[in-house]
Order: sequence, then structure tokens, then C-alpha cells
Amino acid sequence: MNRSRRDFLGRSGALVVSFGLPIEALAQAGLPPTQDLDAWLAIATDGHVTAFCGKVELGTGIETAITQLVAEELEVALGQVSLVMGDTERCPDQGPTVGSRTLQGAGPQIRQAAADARQTLLNMAAVRLGVPVVALAAKDGVVTGPGGRRVSYAELVGGGRLDAKLATRGRLKPPAAMTVIGKPVPRVDLPGKVYGTHLYIQNLGVPRMLHGRVVRSPRAGATVAAVDASSIAALPGNVRVVGLGNFVGVVAEREEQAIAAAAALQVTWQGGAELPGTQALPAALKAAPATERVAQANGDVEAALATAARTLSAEYFVPFQMHASIGPSCAVADVRPDAATLWSATQSSFLTRASVATLLGLVPDQVRLIWVEGSGCYGHNGADDVTADAALLSQAVGAPVRAQWMRADEHGWEPKGPAMAMTVRGGLDARGRVIAWDSRVYSPTHSSRPSGAAPGSLLAGAELGLPRSVGVVGADRNARPAYRFPNDRVRLSLLESAALRTSALRGLGSPQNTFATESFMDELAAVAGVDPIAFRLRHLQDPRAVAVLEEVAKLARWDPRPSPQADRASGTGRGVAFVQYDNAGAYVGLVLEVRVDRASGKVRVERVYAAHDCGLVVNPDGVRNQIEGNVIQALSRALLEEVRFDRQAVTSLDWASYPILRFSDVPDEIAISLIDRRDQPSLGAGEPATSPVFAAVANAIFDATGARLRSIPFTPERVRAALA
Amino acid sequence: MARTLIVNGKPHEVAAAPDTPLLYVLRNELGLHGPKFGCGLAQCGACTVHVGDKATRSCAVPVGTVEAPVTTIEGLGTPERPHPLQAAFIAEQAAQCGYCTSGMVMTAAALLKKVARPTDAQLRAALDGNLCRCGTHLRVLRAVRRAARAAT
Repeated sequence: MNRSRRDFLGRSGALVVSFGLPIEALAQAGLPPTQDLDAWLAIATDGHVTAFCGKVELGTGIETAITQLVAEELEVALGQVSLVMGDTERCPDQGPTVGSRTLQGAGPQIRQAAADARQTLLNMAAVRLGVPVVALAAKDGVVTGPGGRRVSYAELVGGGRLDAKLATRGRLKPPAAMTVIGKPVPRVDLPGKVYGTHLYIQNLGVPRMLHGRVVRSPRAGATVAAVDASSIAALPGNVRVVGLGNFVGVVAEREEQAIAAAAALQVTWQGGAELPGTQALPAALKAAPATERVAQANGDVEAALATAARTLSAEYFVPFQMHASIGPSCAVADVRPDAATLWSATQSSFLTRASVATLLGLVPDQVRLIWVEGSGCYGHNGADDVTADAALLSQAVGAPVRAQWMRADEHGWEPKGPAMAMTVRGGLDARGRVIAWDSRVYSPTHSSRPSGAAPGSLLAGAELGLPRSVGVVGADRNARPAYRFPNDRVRLSLLESAALRTSALRGLGSPQNTFATESFMDELAAVAGVDPIAFRLRHLQDPRAVAVLEEVAKLARWDPRPSPQADRASGTGRGVAFVQYDNAGAYVGLVLEVRVDRASGKVRVERVYAAHDCGLVVNPDGVRNQIEGNVIQALSRALLEEVRFDRQAVTSLDWASYPILRFSDVPDEIAISLIDRRDQPSLGAGEPATSPVFAAVANAIFDATGARLRSIPFTPERVRAALA
Repeated sequence: MARTLIVNGKPHEVAAAPDTPLLYVLRNELGLHGPKFGCGLAQCGACTVHVGDKATRSCAVPVGTVEAPVTTIEGLGTPERPHPLQAAFIAEQAAQCGYCTSGMVMTAAALLKKVARPTDAQLRAALDGNLCRCGTHLRVLRAVRRAARAAT
């Protein structure tokens, strides 16, 4: 344990629970066994519980869900528990908050810690009260025994500590005994957000803080030829210009002064990468240098295709899309000669600390990263980059600096969700069963997160000429269909580079791959003349997959018939899609109803039905909120979103040039059926419901009109062209 | 040159130059956390406050032009005395990251002052300039309808 954590615990007179993690929990969390994972909970003398959590709140409600886990197993009231999240000096490193894996991986670790703490307190109470531990029960932070004997957690701790390595493990509560897990408890963070008192990173101020802005090049990879500091000499605010390699910024006393200086600073740039332009994209993706991988191969695809009664082929495309956080990225840094404090909305406190430390010429132990909530990020947005910006500016001027990206910085420079192309060939036998499936995915990497070792993955690190991480991640997510076919082959063309810097956007390759798989299944069903849900069920064995499709059919009052529908005049249609997220996560069956205005080409999604199985549900309202959010955000991506760029740079630089779905266009209803499997482990719910949305919309447009759309987004122009 | 700005019922001496957007004064000089920086272009609504009774994009209004009293979400209500919209947003759990929430509540509050029981179309139209990326729209609509019912 490091010094400041001991100080904190010393001040609060706390009980510290330490324990070694069981191997299975470590495996589930994807973490190596390490002695660093040793401190999870502190119980103060007033009985208040502080849980230390390496994962962070991204707006999805995990702070509330983790609080529920602690309250349940420790037997304390919800209001008696608070979390400290993502602080590198106070929290265990549970890995980055990604992949909908918080409740799946980190949840069991914290839940077990709370159960261990409960058992330890019971053991202490047995000694204190002189009764066998089996005669004791804990509730609301108080241990009670025979004859009205009782002692509170606060009285037991008495300012001391306990090493739980000496204690027996606590048994997790069986589902039937749960009183907090599975309840739709209100979000603990919501009152602060509704009364305007909640602190976001964008509003953080520290003493003596100055305001920074970074001036980025008009083209990626351009180099600085000259910086004319005299261009801002007359501006107020004691403006200082920072130039480090190709990293250029300004620092001023007031925010508006920094903005004015960044706009006025004359920088001469030269060179830089030439982009292919938005229009050239699908072809450019397929022609780019790639590493070839076979993700799956069974039987003999070519032979099966040669004997198939019907064959079909199609190509699908999803453009670059952005996270488009409502709050542009922001961070505060206070860098001293031998130590630094970073306040950051990162998803990866420990990795970002390590990367930024390298940039600063410090070692990670000299840097403390304190996580502060930001605007929702939905993956790897500019939060890490701006942390590096703030750190370099602070180091250069020797004072704390808040770096705030402007809207055009965020739209222009956040790492983008990758463009992908997917090709599929399929063969049906005479009975309408798929006997051959041959797909290929073209994708650049879906992750360029800070890795610690390669600080060039941060924008500022690249501007300083440092190496970036290599490797293609996430393209395979849901590339393999969940369906069983006798002959199949799934190939990945992993692109070594992309026109734009790419990283994780909600679901990584899953929404794109699911778009291809679930659209093509619909195309095959139509050729076979079979109802789309019945056609899917023919090829599914997993009972949980079957269950979500049957449940969503019931919820949507699905009328079994082939698509497209006979009456094309109404412009209305329904579409279905299914996913098991990442082939191992939550199951989602999705049906939606659209109205297509044939004259304008405008598509409106009127009603959405979702059946969702994420195992044990910790907070049903939290899961519903996530499903609704995934659906609406993915509808926005399906209908409107494409990052545009010319030969120089991104041209989608504001909300007018990168529109997202607004109130007038959101559905009238999203009906949800949660299949709560209390005997199964929790599976993440932060991303899965995004994946089936693109295909469900395409399938519904096909059902309504007979026209098949294979390129995202389904803009009115594209729909009109398809109908012509 | 200092000028006086009335914010949430209290006078404040403001040092910023008159062309400084009101938002920067609220978030930096006054240290308020409610109004959010979202775009600086009056496109997203995250910075919405009331100037007088009017929902106003504080990122695009020079502080020197502000004559009427300013109300931010901190001045709308408190946990002890919540505005009906604040109570309704909590009852409907109408947020995820919550970054847009302050602007949503302020826009809706201005609407409900003018139109006590808005139709669905009026409601969607009034909120159309407020962007939410988390996709909480249906909850926000439910919350505003709940607040309208509670207030009438």
C-alpha cells in the first residue's frame, strides 16, 4: 500500500479488508494474479463504507450497481456506501473500463470483497460477544445474536484494522436471499446531476490554475515549420506559447483569453498525410495492405456453394463514425519537477498514467491520476489525449493547467470508430437451409488506447514523434455468426493503417459485423421465402439465443410471414436482428417498426422491441436505461452518421456537419423484456443492444419497400436512390 | 471593467471583458457546475440558462449584453425545494452521463412557464435543440410530461 492510501485510512480510522483473489475471478477479470489487488473496502468509525473501485462511471450507472453489490454482501444500507473510482493511489487496478465488462469482471471481485468483510466482521463480533459465529446475523451494519446482544460494524472496527488473509472467505448470498441486487434502485449520481452540483472534469478548478488550448495541424502528420509568437503578443492574459516538436499550445490566465490566443496564433505547417476522401472509402479499405487471418473454418465452403440450390452474395459498408460526446474532452494537470497530479476522465487510469508519465519524463509512481467523471464517452474519445495535452502544457509553464478541447477539436481529432467493409457469400439447399457461409471482414484496429509503453498512441505523443502501439484489435468481434452452418469460413483482413486514427467505439467491430451477418441472414430468408425469425431459429441451437428471439416475437406481436410485405404502399415494415454480443456475452433479440416516406426517402423508426438476457440483472432500471440508450444511439448511427473528410482532414467539425438523432426523430416507444437469469453470472449490458440495430433497420426498410440498403447511414438520399 | 450580474438571485461583480461569453463567467468566475460547455456554437443546448424567463445559450451570449437576471439549474431548485422538473427527472431516472441534463431541464422549465401542458409535438420541438448522446430522450420526455402534470 502506498503512503497516501495509508494516510487516508489512518485519518478515517478504518478497517481494511485485504484478500487474495481466487484464480477464477482473476481469469474472469482478465487480469494477471498480482499482489497489487489487495485493498477494496474501508469501514470508518461512523460505519460508513468506502469501496475502492478500479473501474469508473461512464454514465452507464455502474457506480450504482457496484454500490448495490457492496451493500448486498456487506449487509449495510445503500446510503452507507460510497465508491472511490479510478484513483491510481487509492484504487486497485482492475483494468480499463471497457467492453461492457465491469459487472462481468470487476463486479465479482468487489462483491467477494464485501462478502469477505461481512464474514470478518461476524468473526470479530463472535469474539466480542462471546457467542459462536453461527448464532450471529448481520443486517444494516449491525451484528445481532441471541439474547438481544448486538454490536455495530463501527464499534467492531474501533479505529483498528484487520487483515482478511487471516479470515475465512465470505459466502456469496444465494439469489433467493438477495434484497438489493436485482432491485431498480435509483442512481446514486443522479441527484447531483439534476441539481447541477455534480462535478464533471470540464468544471474542475484547482488553485492557481491556468487555461490551455492546443493548436493542432490542419493535416494529420504535418510538421511545424514556424510558430510566430508575435502574432499574439498584444493579447491579454499573460499568454505563453508552448512549442515541443509538433505539439503547439497556448496557456493564459482566463479561458476566453486562451481561446482567443489559440485562434490568433500563427503557425506555419508543412507536409502531412493525404487522405483518400470519404467517397473513395469502401474501395480504399479493400485495397489497403492487410494481415490475413482465418477466424473460423468448417467443412468445404467452395464445394457446398457449387452444389447449393441457390447462392447469394452481398457487400456491406459502415463508414467512420464518432463518439461525439456532448462535452468536449478536458483534463487538468499539475506537473512539478519530480511529481505530477492528473485529473482525467479516462477509462484507463493506470495505463494513461503510465503513458503520460513517459511523456513527462517521469516514472508512473511519480504520477497520480485522479479520475473525474466526464461527459459520456461510449469508448475511447479524446479523454486520454487531452490528459496528455494538459500535462505537457502544465510542465512547460510550471503551473496547473486545464486543457479543454473545443467542439472542432473533439469532432476533428477524437479517435474514430473504424470504417469497415464486409463481404458475404451464402448457399441454400433445396429445403431453404444455409449450407455454406463465406464472409470476409476488412477492418483497421478498434483500439489505440494508451498502453503505457507506446506514448505515441496519444495525439501529443505522436506530435512529439514517439512510437505508437501496433496491432489490430476488435475487428473480429461478432465476425463469426452465432448460427451453425455445415460449411463456413470467416476471414479477417486486418488493415495495418486507416485514413483516420481509429479506436474503440461502443461495440468495436460488433455492430458492423452484426450488420452484415443479420442483413445477410435476412436476404437469405427472403430468397428462401421463409419468415425471418423462423429462418434464424432453424440455424440456432443455444437455448438462450432461441429464448430472446421467441420473447421478442411475442413482445412485438410478430406476424410470421416472409419479407418483404405484400402491401408496399403503406411504407411501413418490421425488421428483426439478433446478437450474442462478442459470441460470449449478453443475448439481444430486436424488432423494430419503420415508416419510410417514399417521396423524401426519410426513414422514421416508430417502435422498438427488445428482449435482453444479460444473466443476473443487478439493476433492472439501469439495464433498461442502457438498452434504450444503445438503441437510440445506434439508430442515430444507422440513419445519420458518417464522418466526412477531404484530402486534408475531417470536415465534420460540428453538430451541423455531423448531425445526431434529435427529439423529433426518436421512436415513440422502446418496449423491453428483460430475461433475468438469477442463477447465471452477470453479463455486461453497456454495449450489446447497439449491435443488432443497424441490421434491424435495414431489414425493416426491406420489409416495407423491397429495397435492400447495405451502406450505413441510411440517409434520405440513399433510400430514394434504392427506391428508384 | 467590473459589472454587476444577478445570478440565481444574488449580485456578482464580474471582471470579464464584455465580449466574453456568459458561460465562461458562470463556470469560471462564479464556479458554477450546472451550465456545461458543449460546443460554444449554440448548437447543442448543454449551456442553457435562463436570462429573465428566456432559455438562452450562455455559450453564445456576450456577458456585456446580459441585462436581466440569470438563473442556472442551481437556482431552479434544491434537494430540499426541488423544481417539479428536477423531481420528475429523478423519478423517471432521466439521465445517463447527465452532461446534457442541466440544459434539458432549463429548456423544459422555460417551455412549461409558457405552455403548462405541452403536446407531444410541442415538447419534442422545444427540446429539439438540446442534444443527448446517451439516448435518454424517451425518459426526458416522460419526465417533462410528469412535471407538467404535477404542476397543473
